[in-house]
Amino acid sequence: MNLAVREAMRAFKRAPVLSALSVTTIAFSLFAFGLFGLVALNLRAALQQVEERVEIRGFIADGTAPEATSAAVGDIQAFPEVASVTLVTPAEALERARRELGEFEGVFEAGILPASIEVRLREGQRDPETVRVVARRMQGYDFIDDVRYGEEWVEKLYRIRNIATASTLALGLTFALVAVIIIGSTIRMAVLARTEEIHIMRLVGATDSFIRAPFLLEGFLKGALGGLLALLLTWLAYQVVGQYFTQAAYFDPFVAGVGVMVGALIGLTGSAVSVGRHLRQV
Amino acid sequence: MIRFSHVSKQYARGGPALEDVSFHLNRGEFAFLTGPSGAGKSTILKLVYVMERPTAGEVRVDGRSSVTLNRHEIPALRRRLGVVFQDFMLLQDRTAEQNVAFALEVTGAPASAIGPKVARALTQVGLAAKTTAMPHELSGGEQQRVAIARALVNDPLVLLADEPTGNLDVRASRSVFQLLREINASGTAVLMATHDLDLVRANDFRTIEMNRGRLVFDSAVPTDAVSMRDVTPDDTDAAGVSS
Repeated sequence: MNLAVREAMRAFKRAPVLSALSVTTIAFSLFAFGLFGLVALNLRAALQQVEERVEIRGFIADGTAPEATSAAVGDIQAFPEVASVTLVTPAEALERARRELGEFEGVFEAGILPASIEVRLREGQRDPETVRVVARRMQGYDFIDDVRYGEEWVEKLYRIRNIATASTLALGLTFALVAVIIIGSTIRMAVLARTEEIHIMRLVGATDSFIRAPFLLEGFLKGALGGLLALLLTWLAYQVVGQYFTQAAYFDPFVAGVGVMVGALIGLTGSAVSVGRHLRQV
Repeated sequence: MIRFSHVSKQYARGGPALEDVSFHLNRGEFAFLTGPSGAGKSTILKLVYVMERPTAGEVRVDGRSSVTLNRHEIPALRRRLGVVFQDFMLLQDRTAEQNVAFALEVTGAPASAIGPKVARALTQVGLAAKTTAMPHELSGGEQQRVAIARALVNDPLVLLADEPTGNLDVRASRSVFQLLREINASGTAVLMATHDLDLVRANDFRTIEMNRGRLVFDSAVPTDAVSMRDVTPDDTDAAGVSS
């Protein structure tokens, strides 16, 4: 193992320009992927915020006994799709309307707005079909006059969410694949530059695993260094966006760590594939 | 120790390199492998150090057969052989002693044993004073001596030399050849591929002559026992070796 570490370090020292080029190439491939990741992360967060606003409102007929309303609230709360149920009294509805529509404050008179039951759904249960089913179930109560949930709006939102998820997946996979190909080629170049050394190692009786070890270590280190550099670049990009455009979210430390490890693993895999192919050829 | 039995080698994109070659080399023996370019000399050496496998026939080296030898056994076999090339094949970023030590390090030899063995090998080839020189600081002859020291450091049974004097001037050639003779005299077999006919003629060692992939002459075997079929008089002249 010591020899593998020494040989890997020697490779860095012997060809510093090529090594720096490899690390930079890996860093920029992962940076492109990281930037895309940041966009995807922020898009998801924005959609999540909008989605949280999906609610179903059931308007309660005048003169309904408070016991019946309370029982209904309890029933609805027990629906598996439901996250929270709030009973809004006419007074609360009036206060909210006056607050939200300040310029029409004078229009609203006491008693104009009915009491209602506001239902918010759990995450993952906000698709149009589930919203419709819950709304229909609420309509089953005879003291609920009307149920509103902005059918068109929910459908549009859900379609946008689906498109965003599909594009995120497709683009993410493409970016990852491009990064793997570029990193693999970079490492293959480094392996090819050492063809003679590999040949000499084999001639003097080195085993394949012995020959492989320094290359794997080198690939792992280059990948990890490239990952760290990419993380730094995405952080700088995030700072610039935050300062000049809009406040955005950044990767949490766990995701950042995973990103660096992914770089290291791509480097390791790229090396393993390149050296393996090379050892089979010579 | 090395036995070729009806060995043929066919490359996918180059036609036949060897056809029905049979010979053996005993322990401690010295033999020249001669013939024009493309005759199959290097292929024979590659088959011995298992960089290639025969298409037909069997190559036995130190009791191990090319038919049954698996990939994982090859490194152990190579450690019993020493190989030297025309272009030295030294690691350019390492000193003479680091190049020699490398051959021991890859075998997992204990660090305490490496230093003395390297010093002994470099002394044996006459480079005790240049252990810390980089390859580019050495002459061609000296670089070849480093390569020979590397080949010797594991105490091989046989030294395989592929045109070891091909890149050297006459004086350096003679000096390297003298070193190979001394190595042989100390008990290591030497199989040396060369097309330096003057060198071959001037030394009374066994000569195995190849032409177009066939063994056409072996001085250890009575002449009529070696098939001369398919070899025209012109070919024989071109190879031009007699003992």
